[in-house]
Amino acid sequence: MIAMLVRRIIQAVLVMLVVAFISFSLFQFVGDPINNMVGQEATQQDRAELRERLGLNDPIPVQFMRFVGNAVQGEFGISYRMARPVSEVIAERLPATLELALVSGVLAITLGIVLGVYTALRRDGWFSHFIMSSSLIGVSLPTFLIGILLIYIFSVELQWLPSFGRGDTVPITDNWSTGLLTVSGWQSLILPAITLGLFQLTLLMRLVRAEMLEVLRTDYIKFARARGIRQRSINFHHALKNTLLPVITIAGLQLGSIIAFAIITETVFQWPGVGLLFINAIRFVDIPFMSAYLLLIALVFVVINLVVDLLYFVVDPRLRVTKSSSSR
Amino acid sequence: MTKTTTSSQDPYQVEPWWQRILNSDLFYDFSRRPVVVLSAVMTLLIISASMLAPWIAPHTPFDPASLNLMDGFTPPMEPNAFTGNVYWLGTDSQGRDIFSAILYGARVSLLVGFAAVGFAAILGITLGLIAGYKGGWIDTVIMRIADVQLSFPAILIALLIFGITKSLIPRELQEQAAVYVLILSIGLSDWVQYARTVRSSTLAEKNKEYVQAARLFGVTWPRILLRHILPNVMGPVLVIGTIGLALAIILESTLSFLGVGVPATQPSLGTLIRVGNEYLFSGEWWITIFPGLTLLVLALSVNLLGDWLRDALNPRLR
Amino acid sequence: MSDVLLSVRDLVVEFPKRKTLLTALDGVSFDIHRGEILGVVGESGAGKSLTGAAIIGLLEQPGRIASGEIWLEDQRIDQLPYEKMRQLRGKRIAMIFQDPLTSLNPIFTIAEQLVETIRTHLPLNAKQARERAIQLLDEVGIPAAAKRVDDYPHQFSGGMRQRVVIALALAGEPELIIADEPTTALDVSVQAQIIDVLKRMCADHGAAVMLVTHDMGVIAEACDRVAVMYAGRVAEIGQVRQIVKQPQHPYTQGLMGSIPSLAHQRHRLIQIPGSMPRLDAIPTGCAFNPRCTSVGERCYKERPDLLVTNQGEVACWLFDQGGVA
Repeated sequence: MIAMLVRRIIQAVLVMLVVAFISFSLFQFVGDPINNMVGQEATQQDRAELRERLGLNDPIPVQFMRFVGNAVQGEFGISYRMARPVSEVIAERLPATLELALVSGVLAITLGIVLGVYTALRRDGWFSHFIMSSSLIGVSLPTFLIGILLIYIFSVELQWLPSFGRGDTVPITDNWSTGLLTVSGWQSLILPAITLGLFQLTLLMRLVRAEMLEVLRTDYIKFARARGIRQRSINFHHALKNTLLPVITIAGLQLGSIIAFAIITETVFQWPGVGLLFINAIRFVDIPFMSAYLLLIALVFVVINLVVDLLYFVVDPRLRVTKSSSSR
Repeated sequence: MTKTTTSSQDPYQVEPWWQRILNSDLFYDFSRRPVVVLSAVMTLLIISASMLAPWIAPHTPFDPASLNLMDGFTPPMEPNAFTGNVYWLGTDSQGRDIFSAILYGARVSLLVGFAAVGFAAILGITLGLIAGYKGGWIDTVIMRIADVQLSFPAILIALLIFGITKSLIPRELQEQAAVYVLILSIGLSDWVQYARTVRSSTLAEKNKEYVQAARLFGVTWPRILLRHILPNVMGPVLVIGTIGLALAIILESTLSFLGVGVPATQPSLGTLIRVGNEYLFSGEWWITIFPGLTLLVLALSVNLLGDWLRDALNPRLR
Repeated sequence: MSDVLLSVRDLVVEFPKRKTLLTALDGVSFDIHRGEILGVVGESGAGKSLTGAAIIGLLEQPGRIASGEIWLEDQRIDQLPYEKMRQLRGKRIAMIFQDPLTSLNPIFTIAEQLVETIRTHLPLNAKQARERAIQLLDEVGIPAAAKRVDDYPHQFSGGMRQRVVIALALAGEPELIIADEPTTALDVSVQAQIIDVLKRMCADHGAAVMLVTHDMGVIAEACDRVAVMYAGRVAEIGQVRQIVKQPQHPYTQGLMGSIPSLAHQRHRLIQIPGSMPRLDAIPTGCAFNPRCTSVGERCYKERPDLLVTNQGEVACWLFDQGGVA
């Protein structure tokens, strides 16, 4: 168990180093950072001085080490576009993205599992058919289009819910203001959360359904039926538990993609999170911000993967307990 | 694949190709599913209408000379207050006919979609064949890259590649290059599926007798891959390609919607939706909703086709 | 006979396909007596396992019982509603499947699975059920049962798992166990042990067994009577000793001839020519007619039902007064 944990952590660190190298390369190969920092009227001498001062004349490995060292301390330099430290800007915007991702993640996972199990058990019911058909539409509908349609129906036509922003926020710590404690915060959250969660929800639901149908066909379920185990227990004890094992992995990855897909939702709803900043950073080739965001997302993915692996270990006895018997 | 297209009739009698298709199991299954038939019809309809756009579109929407600002914001099927002109699906702020704009927009979307799928497929198949056939460190390197890339969402990869590529291109050329950059980004974000599938089929295929026989005859390995293995792995590739087309179209429209895709001078469906989105609040819903519906129908139809193809070609699910 | 436990009468099972209706079982009749072991043999696809599934009410969709009756003592069970049938399963009729590796739920301990089964059918509290579970494991020959009861299935070997499966099947004290090829998936060295455990357990607990297998050796070893199935029908049924020594149906004769036996090494093994027909291509008349060595005119026209002879029952015109001509 310890050995596996160590191996996983080493893998995670390796992935992070690779991503860090890509981020670092952005600075090296994409445009001259000096050009981005000084004005048109700067002299050759100014540039050379700046270059020396920033350590851009050092050997590449030294520069990379310095980059990693800074990154570990949360130091990503100054955003070209906003002329502020990247870490500061991200810290300010991150709560909005995390709150949005959390709410839609919970929405997608709970509803996805409930609907997936329901459609697997009532395969031929009209409601299941309805859910399955609409889920195909859900998979084919681009996220931004869902957002636009929701805005059109609930903000423009019905005028029930706001179409942009976070509503009122309340500070809980120095750099975390939450929208989850105000009515207008929740009102503003509903449409973005649905938009962001819907795609993951449909994916998860279809996965749970397929997995559950697969499990219901297994020998151990057949044997449980042959022993007269109650239908309820077969469905929700024997089958569901086995269904949810592989779902954990996918659900973890989905949570990661939710943070990435937040870029789109944040653009549609003008949600003041990091995703919105990233789009602007791409438009303006704001390298420090791009590389910091890249590292941040990679970190989220790596951490989620690690947590999922550990969780799997806790839930699946086949991994936890070593084979102890050889007797016949 | 070959099994599904051969008919059960006299093998010596050569049938014309269309007869072979009509007699195949695949076509039989197809003809019995009204939803799939409808999807195919809608897909073909949108493809042909957009390809024939210059001939069937009532207006040329992106020729500034033909636009009349007086026609602006005409609602669908209603005569314009000033000019009395009627447009099926209304006009946008500059008096541009939405129907024509959709035809031209779908053209760009499909073009980028097909090109990106083609690019991704060629790249993925090539790498998959090599990884599967050669094995060793080439295999390890290719598949590690694939694994890492697969754990990140395609949209993120595409955005990143787009951002990097764009910054490498001089500003003057960016507008013309936008479409190619887009194809490159989407293609590069989507090759992994092909590579993985082709690699596993290649692994299974390469130890069969016919491949070993070819090797004994001294056939070179690129030729073995192209002539002997490739035809046998095309079935799954076709399925991934169809579903990939839907994904590519959605990805393209998303990037264009985010404002990092094709420029407004040569809009795709995504660009049209982004531009129209600004007018949603002032009540001119048709400018964004109609392109949006077109995109939905297109993506849904292609997805349904891909779904059906996957099930129909997978003997385990039949 | 008064001690008939299970009676199957003219059972017909059908599978509706895209355009056709496949008749997988076509008029199967036999009895199982209290405490006896009835072997059911035949080639794969003859309908052995399907008969078992039909009896316990677990036919897979879209299969269904089209006609015929199944009686458990004086209760007709082929038309019971799901809940009534569920209460019967495990309590009066239990079933054991082929593969012990997949028959146990991988994420529950043996104790959890046994206790749930016991408490479903018997009025015991958790502690009593656990004691009973340990006792059952002990009886099927699991060493250190009290300790192993909290292990997971993957911690047991294949043979041990099939013992656990037998314990699970017996947990509700059923009167009949349908064992569907219980040893096929196991190592040859373990097969005899498992048959032995099954035989002993059922004798101790007074349960009858319907032992489905294609292994005539197992039949000769373990069973009291045997039913030979061919293409969805019973070809011959009778005492094991009689049938092994003097098979009547030409198909049974072929089956017996194909068993290698150490005692008669000089004989060549006989093969039955051809193969069993597919369900959609069963010939008219006797289904065995294309492969039969004693075939006559009548065999192509009329289908023989089970005829009582002095040695048992056999479905062959050779034993009818009219003969095969």
